[in-house]
Amino acid sequence: MPAWDWGYAFEVLPQLLRALLVTLEITLLGSVLALVLGLVVAVVRQARIPVLDQVLWALVEFVRSTPLLVQVFFLYFALPRFGITLSALTVGVLGLGLHYATYTSEVYRAGIEAVPRGQWEAAAALSLPRSRTWTGVILPQAIPRVLPALGNYVISMFKEVPLLLAISVVEVVNKAQEIGSQTFRFTEPFTIAGLLFLVLSYPASVLVRRLERRRAA
Amino acid sequence: MPPETEREREPMIVFDGVTKRFGDHVVLRELDFTVAPGEHVCLIGPSGSGKTTILRLLMTLEKVDGGTIRVGGQCLSHMERRGVLVPADDKHCRDVRKRIGMVFQQFNLFPNMTVRGNLVEAPTRVLGLSADEANARAVELLELVGLAEKIDAHPTQLSGGQQQRVAIARALAMRPDVLLLDEVTSALDPELVAGVLNLLRDLGRRTDITFLCVTHEMGFARDFSDRVLMFDAGQVIEDAPPAELFSTPSQQRTKDFLHAVVDRA
Amino acid sequence: MDNLPRIVPVLLQGLPPTVIATVGGIALTVLLSFLAGLALLSPRRWVRALSRVYVEGFRGTSEVVQLFWIYFVLPLLVGVQLVPLFAGVLVLGLNHGAYGAEIVRGAVRSVPRAQYEACVALSLSPAQRMRRVILPQAVVEMLPSFNNLFIQLLKSTSILSLITVAEVTQRGRAVLVPAFGDDIVLIFTLMLLIYLVLSVLITAGMRFLERTAAGRVGRRPSRAARVAAVTTGAR
Repeated sequence: MPAWDWGYAFEVLPQLLRALLVTLEITLLGSVLALVLGLVVAVVRQARIPVLDQVLWALVEFVRSTPLLVQVFFLYFALPRFGITLSALTVGVLGLGLHYATYTSEVYRAGIEAVPRGQWEAAAALSLPRSRTWTGVILPQAIPRVLPALGNYVISMFKEVPLLLAISVVEVVNKAQEIGSQTFRFTEPFTIAGLLFLVLSYPASVLVRRLERRRAA
Repeated sequence: MPPETEREREPMIVFDGVTKRFGDHVVLRELDFTVAPGEHVCLIGPSGSGKTTILRLLMTLEKVDGGTIRVGGQCLSHMERRGVLVPADDKHCRDVRKRIGMVFQQFNLFPNMTVRGNLVEAPTRVLGLSADEANARAVELLELVGLAEKIDAHPTQLSGGQQQRVAIARALAMRPDVLLLDEVTSALDPELVAGVLNLLRDLGRRTDITFLCVTHEMGFARDFSDRVLMFDAGQVIEDAPPAELFSTPSQQRTKDFLHAVVDRA
Repeated sequence: MDNLPRIVPVLLQGLPPTVIATVGGIALTVLLSFLAGLALLSPRRWVRALSRVYVEGFRGTSEVVQLFWIYFVLPLLVGVQLVPLFAGVLVLGLNHGAYGAEIVRGAVRSVPRAQYEACVALSLSPAQRMRRVILPQAVVEMLPSFNNLFIQLLKSTSILSLITVAEVTQRGRAVLVPAFGDDIVLIFTLMLLIYLVLSVLITAGMRFLERTAAGRVGRRPSRAARVAAVTTGAR
């Protein structure tokens, strides 16, 4: 059996590309959840409300320091027992979004901390309401600073989507395994799957690095 | 306005037995002083004597540990809840504080807005002015501070002195009754200091605003203020018109301080 | 809660493979991080290029793909079937070593130019310079980022359950969930706690290293290093 069969490779490519779309869809939805939820958590934690802050800190640390796969399994098996039935894809998006929200919240916090104290005081001196201080002064300064880090986490999420094959989500690596087990030829499907990730994530991370350099300048 | 008529009216600022602690360190100790409407008062004294803390208390950036502060007849530090005096909440602070403006040592202009943006932000969001009204006011104030042509510039494109003048215009846009100046020339290159001080002298002459300045610029304090308060260790140790305090200080501590500051200049 | 005495031992059965994978993975990661990281700084272009291909290749592809590739494809190409645990350690090391290479590179570059110049003035050879002066200072800066990376590695060991390694996640998923379906929340909470404890141990170990390394160099990791560890998005 030859090591690489180009004919077979091109034959399986369309199916893998279709499955890649699923991967991208999950990345998009998961990212939106992570970016929005992370911001909410970061803003709430800034208020330093006594009990809430400690609880949030504990939750963030707990989710951040434990495996995503275990959390995804947890959601997949535990939610139905509480009467919530969701598709595997939704569970996957939820798991990714919640897990990565803990990373993004830390990133947002670093960005917020980096805004000089004087900006808060100037806003207070002008009697700006708290919500306007956030939307008009603090966040416009905090978020651009941390866009590269956020971009990196979106790319990371993209590469962690294959984890969801453990709960039977039909994304690209799952598809590759499925194709491979039908024909016992794993080389082409898995290699193509790997290359597809590379082709998308490498340019993306180069763009993020360029963004980072431009900020630093 | 003749002094006697001023003193008959309600004082603009009243500090009554104010105490402020940071941890174990007592910064202000049962401080009492008043400022009449339209008065120009300069606070001088060594670092750590509590001068900036007074401004920060007025700006409600800090809360008092004891005593009360009244501004324009309203209590700033406390509010009445069912007939009892309790520490003021954020909303009450913001309501009373609207009459006070502050200019900071580090200017603190918003870098994500142009000069115009900085000036119209609070008038539109807090005072409810329309965009046109706020813009008109911005143009007027920038002309007053001599920076009309910079209205669409970015703070980063301005020199320190220019930024501080914009900061003054920004504070004035709120039409404050009281303007707090916290060492507003200390962060400027020496050659830019005069421009800002002249602007302040001009404002002092043209407006009825009550000024409370913390400054190290003794020359400015001498000709700008109606009264100078010398601070040391959280207390007012001398309170006199500048002519008196600078030439014939009654306290030894004041004498020592003035010698050290003036001789060095 | 009644099933606790039956659940815990099963989970703990998974502990040895998890620990072996973690320790093995960390060892390989450190080795590859320094090799590839220093190679990225080599004056020779081809060395840098080779290292760059390794780093971008392993950072740019998914760890799951790498795992499946080494487990399913490699045997087809070279005829050797790897023991799952070994395949896992290999992938963990290769993948995290690529990230570690950037950490090493960044830390070495952050050592002030003045140090290099002092070495040149003292006529130290490049190797001596690196070994005796630059690396010891760079290591202090690396430790916070490596701490994060090693915890990432620990979390990644759960992926090995996908290629039948009987580590903690696999034990929980394959044995406990079917058998003790009603205790799902308990099972997963315990699993997560085990990982949490292990990550705390890793952090404690790294803090100890930080103190030792800093002591020998006379300082602690800079604030910049700590902030970078949080905000650069480890993966």
